[in-house]
Amino acid sequence: MTELRWNPDICAACETVDCLEKCQYVRYSPEQARGERDRLIRGEETAILTDCVTCYACEEYCPHHNHPFYLIVERQEELGIHPVPKPIEKSQVLMMGPKGRIVPEAVRTPVINLCYFPMMKGAIRGRLLGDASVIVGSDIFCNLMFLHFARNSTIRERLPQMIRNIMTHYLTPGGVDELVCYHDECYGTYTSWAPAFGIDVPFRPVHFFDFLNRRLEALAGQIKPLGLKAAYQRPCSNRLCPETDAWVDAIFEKIGVERTEREFDHGNALCCGGVMEAQQRFELAESNRERNIADMKASGATMAVFNCPFCFFTLAEKAAQAGLMPVMMSDLCHMALGD
Amino acid sequence: MNDIHDELVRIVGAAYVSRAGEELYLYGRDQGVQPPGRPDYVVLPATTEEVRRIVLLAGENGVPVVPMGGGLVLSGLTVPLKGGIVLDMKRMNRILEVNELSHYCVVEAGTTQGALQAYLARRHPALKHSVPDAPPVATIAGNVAIHGSGHLSQSEGGFHSEMVTGLEVVLPTGEVCRLGSCSTVDKWFSRAPLPDLAGLFLGWNGTTGVITKVGMKLFPSFPLKDVLMFMTEDIDAVPEVISRIVSTEMGEDITFFVTPKPAYFDGFQMTNVHIVARTPREMKLRQALVRESVQPYLDRKEAGFLPLPAHMKVNLLAAPQKSLSEFADIRKGGGFEYVGSIMPVESIPGAYRAGLGIAARNGVTYSMGARVVGRGHAVMFYYAFPFNRADEAELQSVRHALEAANRAALDLGGIPWKTEVAGQRMILARMDPATVALMERLRALLDPNGIMNPGNWEVAP
Repeated sequence: MTELRWNPDICAACETVDCLEKCQYVRYSPEQARGERDRLIRGEETAILTDCVTCYACEEYCPHHNHPFYLIVERQEELGIHPVPKPIEKSQVLMMGPKGRIVPEAVRTPVINLCYFPMMKGAIRGRLLGDASVIVGSDIFCNLMFLHFARNSTIRERLPQMIRNIMTHYLTPGGVDELVCYHDECYGTYTSWAPAFGIDVPFRPVHFFDFLNRRLEALAGQIKPLGLKAAYQRPCSNRLCPETDAWVDAIFEKIGVERTEREFDHGNALCCGGVMEAQQRFELAESNRERNIADMKASGATMAVFNCPFCFFTLAEKAAQAGLMPVMMSDLCHMALGD
Repeated sequence: MNDIHDELVRIVGAAYVSRAGEELYLYGRDQGVQPPGRPDYVVLPATTEEVRRIVLLAGENGVPVVPMGGGLVLSGLTVPLKGGIVLDMKRMNRILEVNELSHYCVVEAGTTQGALQAYLARRHPALKHSVPDAPPVATIAGNVAIHGSGHLSQSEGGFHSEMVTGLEVVLPTGEVCRLGSCSTVDKWFSRAPLPDLAGLFLGWNGTTGVITKVGMKLFPSFPLKDVLMFMTEDIDAVPEVISRIVSTEMGEDITFFVTPKPAYFDGFQMTNVHIVARTPREMKLRQALVRESVQPYLDRKEAGFLPLPAHMKVNLLAAPQKSLSEFADIRKGGGFEYVGSIMPVESIPGAYRAGLGIAARNGVTYSMGARVVGRGHAVMFYYAFPFNRADEAELQSVRHALEAANRAALDLGGIPWKTEVAGQRMILARMDPATVALMERLRALLDPNGIMNPGNWEVAP
């Protein structure tokens, strides 16, 4: 079984405890935060293990890249702490499990991994993406969502087979060595979680925004700038690859969209609230949504742009009710190309 | 027999009487597992007067009469066990009155659930009626006659028969009677304060007369709807969960279901709570009160509300529910039957365990669930078994399963609902003999010629 590559000495020596001090969902004094940290290091029960809303942000806040969130998840699982009610957790493990229905298919570069969002297949179209091969489904699913369920063990158990499936059934026969990850969750899995747990990734993961950016560059002459102001909903899993957030600006610039300045963006992004609902924190989920949408609206945006389908499912209706058109990033780019 | 046919033609017109083989074949069976019968005539009357004349004719000639609404009862209640006339009421489909202030409507007996639902949505959008989870062609009268229940049964007064404000019936001897306030004044607002004679025609499986008009309560229709799905894996907790949620009085409809498919629902119990409101603020309050009612379960992480995507909510909020109809076709081959049992809430765990055992022993696919009726005063618990009609062995397995489910329901303190003849006999065998005797006396009094749906509610074959 793979182990988390985490250095307790780095945590113990940390002066700032940014992982907890910067957290938007807990309010610990510096002294309390240090106490939490120390108990986490020792593997003892402590408040953060039940307070944590699993927003992934501490992975980004840690200046030492020492994986505080993965450690919290490890400790939760070791101590039998369930962020989500047990029946929902079990049901999700069953629902998202590999179905063994993989159908080998010839692919060619570029290959876009749609994670377990088959309903997003329609996004891969047009001049921008129409030539891409698509892989999707339970048998190539990264399973990173189980971080929200205190189940690193599920990811550990399933991910190696998922990687083998991707290679055996798609990339190796197609002679392809890179995989474009539509969802931040997959990209975060292959560039952050897998290395942190010592799991080898035999292909080069490419963030969807990196890919979009290059594609838009190649199609620059065909873009009709949209001239819109948009608020971006940064998803939790982008916290695992914060360097990719800058590509949002690059993409927006190419398609003539202004990313509005707002309180809850970049490092201060708010969780969409979907996971909080699963954790039965209904008031927090609702207040998060309301603050988030109000902030989007106040920023002067007319559109709410998403990359995470789950954030979209959770927030789209409320955004629309507030007069913001909800749209996925891929569709926004299609719009700029008139596709 | 030609005389009877000719007379029926004179009453309703040649187009509305049939003794064609293919039609007698179809009207001789339903979608369930009960053996078919064979009617002698299928007749579609258009008016109460035509019904009266048909019943008189039948009485004079000793010909059985089987009233039929949508024909969707599944347990053979409209199968003519002793031949005779199947009286298909679908032509009597006029919506006669909607009283917006007193919240009731008056419809002819063949009016379908779908027609009334569409009519109210179009003409009286502030009102709605309680819709059973049957296909839209189920009729209002047929459903009240079998003590049906629907999506307002929990919040708005129980079984649909309890929502009846008045009836017009044709007695087996040909008299036309109005029951309820409409018997005395030209308004259909209530069965009280008069002697409640409507009960003589509700739950009797068409053995006491033919319902020709129904007055039904209507209820406010709210603009906002939401559904919460509460998931547990401890069946013994379900009665308390339901009781707690019901006690908030915030749910419009409360249903419970278990299903082995999809696999991620197998072994879990889901309780759906439909919530309606006039404003977003009211909705939030109602949601919060429902959630708080089960807070101890949430705190212990033993159960919780499943986040539902919007498309799933749309399906769950539909009335009628499509899921059961879709499940009905899971085996293909056009067969579906379920045993509904009216039972107290505390019987749910026993009914669930019995259902699992029955399905396993008989090797049949199942779905089980319950709808809360009244403020938790009872539930309609169902065992649903789809089957392939072309597979005789499967048909037989489902028959055994149904019989076992009926017996289990009675053993658990419940009563099989709209049950087939064998189930009726099971009930009568356990019924207080004085009650059985009273039923027989009432029936003999109302139907001296024994023409109304014979074979049903009879102690002896």
